[in-house]
Amino acid sequence: MTSGRLPIGSYVRIEKPSLQAILERLGRLGYRTIGPQVVDGAIVYAGLESVNQLPVGWIDHQDGGTYRLEHREDAGWFDYVVGPQSLKNYLFPSEQTVLEGQRVDGKWQLHSPQWAGEPLAVVGVRSCEIKALAIQDRVFLEGPYVDPAYKARRENLFVLGVNCRRAAATCFCHSMRAGPGLNSGYDLGLTELDDCFVLEVGTKRGGDMATATDWTPCSLDQMRQAVARVRQVKESMRRRSEEAISSDGSPRGRHLETAELRELLLDNLEHPRWDEIAKRCLACANCTMVCPTCFCSSVDDVTDLLGEKVRRRRVWSSCFSAEHSQMSAGPVRQSPKARYRQWLVHKLATWWDQFDSTGCVGCGRCITWCPVGIDLTEEVAAIRGEQA
Amino acid sequence: MTRLPEVATSTSPWAVHLARIEAIRAEVPGIATYTLQFEDPDVAAAYRFEPGQFNMVYLPGFGESAISVSSDPAEPNRVLHTVRTVGNVTQALAGMQVGDQIALRGPFGTPWPIESCCGMDVVIATGGVGLAPLRPVIYHIMRHREEYGRVFLLYGARTSRDLLYTDEYARWEESNIEIEVTVDLGDPEWRGHVGVVPMLFYRLHLQAEKSCILTCGPEIMMRFVIFEALARQVAPRNIHLSMERNMNCGVGFCGHCQLGPKFVCKDGPVFTYEQM
Repeated sequence: MTSGRLPIGSYVRIEKPSLQAILERLGRLGYRTIGPQVVDGAIVYAGLESVNQLPVGWIDHQDGGTYRLEHREDAGWFDYVVGPQSLKNYLFPSEQTVLEGQRVDGKWQLHSPQWAGEPLAVVGVRSCEIKALAIQDRVFLEGPYVDPAYKARRENLFVLGVNCRRAAATCFCHSMRAGPGLNSGYDLGLTELDDCFVLEVGTKRGGDMATATDWTPCSLDQMRQAVARVRQVKESMRRRSEEAISSDGSPRGRHLETAELRELLLDNLEHPRWDEIAKRCLACANCTMVCPTCFCSSVDDVTDLLGEKVRRRRVWSSCFSAEHSQMSAGPVRQSPKARYRQWLVHKLATWWDQFDSTGCVGCGRCITWCPVGIDLTEEVAAIRGEQA
Repeated sequence: MTRLPEVATSTSPWAVHLARIEAIRAEVPGIATYTLQFEDPDVAAAYRFEPGQFNMVYLPGFGESAISVSSDPAEPNRVLHTVRTVGNVTQALAGMQVGDQIALRGPFGTPWPIESCCGMDVVIATGGVGLAPLRPVIYHIMRHREEYGRVFLLYGARTSRDLLYTDEYARWEESNIEIEVTVDLGDPEWRGHVGVVPMLFYRLHLQAEKSCILTCGPEIMMRFVIFEALARQVAPRNIHLSMERNMNCGVGFCGHCQLGPKFVCKDGPVFTYEQM
């Protein structure tokens, strides 16, 4: 063990409980740390002071409209995948004050709030989450206008990523080139082996944090094991999405064919499948709430009873509501069919025109949290004319 | 085509500038024009807009509404908004008086192509309050009349009582702007055309290759204006229309105004027919 900083790109071995040392250093440097925890039967992000709070031994079973946790003795520290929350909840929170003020002697005084982003460290971030973050960066940071609140939080974010070694049936990050292995955008990356973590340094900041651990050099064999773990998951996702019925009775995996996907959707805006989906879609907006890239919002005024104090707040909104496209003559998208089509075509097709990227990372949240289990991979396959 | 105003990324796109209502002019039933003066002299001095751009007009406690600027871009410190009362914000605005305070963000959006139309005949085809975002174009043409060929204004409203800015027509005609006005419903005093705006194209001898069309109004009107223009061989890139959608943020963050791949607020509101 040496002092100083571990260089970017280095792989070291740490004992699993040694993750605690990173949490402690993050805390000393002023970071609030959050990580996955079991709350109300689902894995969500919550304040993390100790590694003992991590949902070690839990795995999740996800399918269309279904999410169940199971405790298994053989499960590791990070063998569940993504829950209903994403980093969006923290960087682009569901409510944000964008302007505030009061009327003094009949005159308004209006000012922007402080945009200071509290240093936030997130433990256990998956590659699809990091890809989603990069997509939101394009929306809020890389266009002609910059969102100051998002920017402040983004600059103060520390990401401790984890390579997935298990996929849920709803996961299709392999189709979207968003996982299951970490690619970039993390300060530290973890791969869980049976008896230790392999820790990869992604940034200088990460290198500083890593020295807090009991690290030892990583053997070639451990590095190979770490790389193989990710490859195995990817391979199993592919295999599982191709099987008609899985051998162990678990749900079939997902796959989204992305070849010519933009053209497919834009050429099929009047496909009969949209009517068919509309019979099932409740237009409840759950898919847009759990989607880690959906960015729609509405700004409204909150006032005190006298109308002397005012706060403009931005809240999440959804293209599934009628008000979203409301104009003086009524909503532009009157039917759930028009709204589902808007959502899916935007996500998978016109997002490219706007941001030179897909809007989907293959996390599968919209499938799991849809109350009627609408599965976008199935809908796209149906439009493509394949057997769903 | 998309030309965005220069944006200082250090400032919040949500920051507003307070302004005082200097004058209110009742135009026609349900429509009034508000003259606004920024309170901060530095803001007033720095403010510029191009014809076709809009401001987010904010009434604290009520909310914002996207309203195009209807005044002369050569006098940018005197901002006029011609507003039809349709929703909560415009209703509240209708109840305000001279001296009252409101706030603005902007200007936002793409302008009318006053530069690329230079040397061409210009056909302004508009209905109802759709004339408001085109009045800055008329003012610009009047100041630079020699840079344009023939200029036509085809304008329609429901009735003769709904026609905007009628006291200015004589001055516009003095600048050699050829005006054809129509109403949907005639009345005993009305001596002009009765019918829809696209029919006014039959009054024109359009030289398609050197004409550009600027249209703003109800979508159904714009659709038939475009049909008439295309039927006369006007190139789709020379047909410009101003689209309206629910604009909530004005800067492409909120998603409300999306129209296919376009954010109407930042990629528009002025588009070419080719883009649509």
